[in-house]
Amino acid sequence: MHVYANPARFLKIARPLTPLLGWSGAALIAAALYIGLFLAPPERLQGESVRIIYIHVPAAWLGMAGWTAIAAASLMQIVWRHPLAAIAARAAAVPGAVFTALCLATGSLWGRPAWGTYWEWDGRMTSMLVLLFLYFGYIALAGAEKEKGGEGRLAAIFGLVGAVNLPIIHYSVLWWRTLHQGQSINFLRGTSTIDASMLWPLLASALGFSLLFGAIVLMRMRAELGRNKVEARLKRMAAE
Amino acid sequence: MNPWPFVIAAYAVTLAGTASLVLWSWIAMRRAEADADKLSRRQ
Repeated sequence: MHVYANPARFLKIARPLTPLLGWSGAALIAAALYIGLFLAPPERLQGESVRIIYIHVPAAWLGMAGWTAIAAASLMQIVWRHPLAAIAARAAAVPGAVFTALCLATGSLWGRPAWGTYWEWDGRMTSMLVLLFLYFGYIALAGAEKEKGGEGRLAAIFGLVGAVNLPIIHYSVLWWRTLHQGQSINFLRGTSTIDASMLWPLLASALGFSLLFGAIVLMRMRAELGRNKVEARLKRMAAE
Repeated sequence: MNPWPFVIAAYAVTLAGTASLVLWSWIAMRRAEADADKLSRRQ
């Protein structure tokens, strides 16, 4: 990873990669959502409301993946002092928070026709709400530290500690059996209880949103690197 | 209960949220990189 520690080397890869991830992600999302909305069959018990799965599950996955990225980057920052790690963690925070909020909103809209309620203090929903608040805390802390010219070590520690919530979210449907349905896809065992006609558009949508998420993170990293460059130049010019 | 208004609302919220995030990130990137390039050319 230290090969990419040099911002110039990172930008050389990030510049062509950003549109590639963005456009391929957008195309995949468009195709998957078209299939999900118009071609995939309705579910036996939930009927047409199951079509929300094609946006709700990718949003949930990216909400958790965003914090996983923050925790991994924070670890790299603390242990290896990777110069781009703090920038990567900050770049993943806002997209992660947005997808967590979208997961809660779409879940709520799914809950009304499926369960008869927009909200229930169920283990999965509550732990996702906690994740959203963790994102807000991280964004505020990282922003304040950057403004003061700090290295962002406090935010990195917060990012690592906050990762404790990830297994809680994952296992919440097993520990507290309330309204939220259990796990349908097990990647470790390679098993799924979802029919292939619904599973493929779901996986395609998740992959498409993941590619787009990668493009968004790269865009935000490039924006911060650009701002840092301007700031450093202005400081140098003022000193001369 | 007709589920379609809920399905449409969920898709609208997701697409609007995702599109806004992409646009915001793209504008911020373009602006920051243009400012950095402008300053490099001035020196």
